[in-house]
Amino acid sequence: MGAVTGPLELSNLKALEAESVHILREVAAEFDRPVLLFSGGKDSIVMLHLAAKAFWPAAIPFPVLHVDTGHNFEEVLETRDRWTERLGLQLLVASVQDDIDAGRVKERTGPGASRNPLQTTTLLRAIREQRFDAVFGGARRDEEKARAKERVFSFRDEFGQWDPKTQRPELWSLYNGRHHQGEHIRVFPLSNWTELDIWQYIEAERLEIPPIYYAHHREVVVRDGMLLAVSPYLALAEGEQPFVAQVRFRTVGDATCTGCVESAAVTIDEVVAEVAATRRTERGATRADDRISETGMEDRKREGYF
Amino acid sequence: MQRLLRLATAGSVDDGKSTLIGRLLYDSKAIFEDQLESIERTSRDKGDEYTNLALLTDGLRAEREQGITIDVAYRYFATPKRKFIIADTPGHVQYTRNMVTGASTADLALILIDARKGVLEQSRRHALLSTILGIPHLVACVNKMDLVDYSVSHFEAIREEFSNFVARQDVRDLTFIPISALHGDNVVTRSPNMSWYEGPPLLAYLEDLHIASDRNLTDARFPVQYVVRPQARDWHDYRGYAGTVASGVFRAGDDVVVLPSGMASTIRSIDTYDGPVAEAFASMAVVITLDDDIDISRGDMMVRPTNRPVVGQDLDATICWMDDGAALETGATYLLKHTTRAVKAVVKAVNYRLDIVTLHRDQTAESLRLNEIGRVTLRTTEPLLYDEYQMNRATGSFILIDPHSYSTVGAGMLRRPQS
Repeated sequence: MGAVTGPLELSNLKALEAESVHILREVAAEFDRPVLLFSGGKDSIVMLHLAAKAFWPAAIPFPVLHVDTGHNFEEVLETRDRWTERLGLQLLVASVQDDIDAGRVKERTGPGASRNPLQTTTLLRAIREQRFDAVFGGARRDEEKARAKERVFSFRDEFGQWDPKTQRPELWSLYNGRHHQGEHIRVFPLSNWTELDIWQYIEAERLEIPPIYYAHHREVVVRDGMLLAVSPYLALAEGEQPFVAQVRFRTVGDATCTGCVESAAVTIDEVVAEVAATRRTERGATRADDRISETGMEDRKREGYF
Repeated sequence: MQRLLRLATAGSVDDGKSTLIGRLLYDSKAIFEDQLESIERTSRDKGDEYTNLALLTDGLRAEREQGITIDVAYRYFATPKRKFIIADTPGHVQYTRNMVTGASTADLALILIDARKGVLEQSRRHALLSTILGIPHLVACVNKMDLVDYSVSHFEAIREEFSNFVARQDVRDLTFIPISALHGDNVVTRSPNMSWYEGPPLLAYLEDLHIASDRNLTDARFPVQYVVRPQARDWHDYRGYAGTVASGVFRAGDDVVVLPSGMASTIRSIDTYDGPVAEAFASMAVVITLDDDIDISRGDMMVRPTNRPVVGQDLDATICWMDDGAALETGATYLLKHTTRAVKAVVKAVNYRLDIVTLHRDQTAESLRLNEIGRVTLRTTEPLLYDEYQMNRATGSFILIDPHSYSTVGAGMLRRPQS
């Protein structure tokens, strides 16, 4: 939190940082078994960096959890491992493949199939098995209209479900983390950050992020107006012709439902400039999983999604 | 440096609030093309004649189905000068708790007044709630000026009526701006239709508003949130107290007293991940180390020896009740969270219920139901370390939690004890 700018005032980024640090500390103080969801994507990297700041000079007092669909970008896993190693953290991996193998979920196949919706089962299983009572997520309110309504401390019942109609009022910076056994709280320290804030912070703090966030050449196909990366996990539909384009990713999730955008931004300041000028939201531009319906996110969140 | 401004809006669909927010977002490019396409499609499917900008903020299924705003929605937009967080809340009386929630962190409240209708009950209620919640700045946007031929006399009549109402309360800063959200008059750019108005358009006003001195930088208060004790050889003897400065300024070398124990020490260092800082002021999250090894834990508070908060178990508070089940009643016990301290509290008395339109105090009231506001006396199991809410929002506020359901059922604003 170094330099103070102006007469006892914080910049936007420093004010957001202070708010997030406060939230992270509040959870560590009030909960028995917190865990931080860490995928190696840009938002979870910012969240993890904020956690390192919150508890410094002590280590982060909770493990991180990756809900792994198995359909990953290799560069993202490498970045994930470098971050957890550098911070000396315990990395837990909850695998969607395990739930498929055990018959707890059924995988669809063919073009348009994605393991993204299956993650809910895996996430809730990990929470139940390890008795986590607070689960940090990197979701932001500017991402999506159902998220715009969600609390920083978001209550989940014993089935892991979110009920938007019975949300607890959340006032000042007084967060209510009370819950009964079997229930848990999802905590969103980045609630008030926007996509541009995240990128400006990555630039200011010089954070390492997976290289696929920067422009590079790769084989893609066009589907529903989005560019999807060609990978062993993506089943091509008839007539889809792969071609090479210069692209970058704005979000990183399951490789089968995360699109990329054409871009020439190869440095962080070029990315920041591009994000500041863009006229499409990051999820609208690149996430097939949000296109299911007008309330696709709300419906998945009710069931226990991130 | 780009700074942050938090504003709260309240209003119903027909007073133009959504149109105003939509215009601020669109003209500052915070609405994206895919969001606009999505709501255009939805509006078209529903047979609306115009694109319903309320769909941008009404994100929940129930809200879309019923065409109403139920909950607080947070919206974000930025200009090169400032980033804005809008807490957008429904204006109806049955959603008072949502308004109170949105107002609790706001620097500024936007109150919409329909130029044709004048000052209605709803505008009065919003102004009163903003005052109770201690929002430092009120902006009354007199909207739909196009429908009164941009008449200065209409505007002046409303200004006078609203100023008279507000004069009875403790409002620190009140500004009037004549606008037409639909046509964009005085929203982002100056209106050519109202040359008689000499002030800035709304966005310029929001960008330039000075809020730094709204914070309490006088009363140094540091609620200890978390004790940092690294389990590492290099930091073997390190013991730091992490927290967010609630108010005031702390400097390395300052004498401090830790409450409630009253033990005295001196600040050795104020640490952050990015290195030590010479001073920490309100809203900074830091770690403080002391020269002396004294017993300090979460819920304690560091203050300056010559400027101390109230220490007490008998509380006089204004409470907004938020539970849609049980009412607040004399004799009931709740969990109370104040700064980083959690205690139990029993209701000793409901002194009066406040009518938030007429300001009438009903002293026969014995309970508070959902969305009602009243003056209540509480007694806590342990002392709180607090200040008067109107002087210090961070150390003057608390929430009440139901001890069985764990729901948040009340929001409280503390007053000075009557001695």
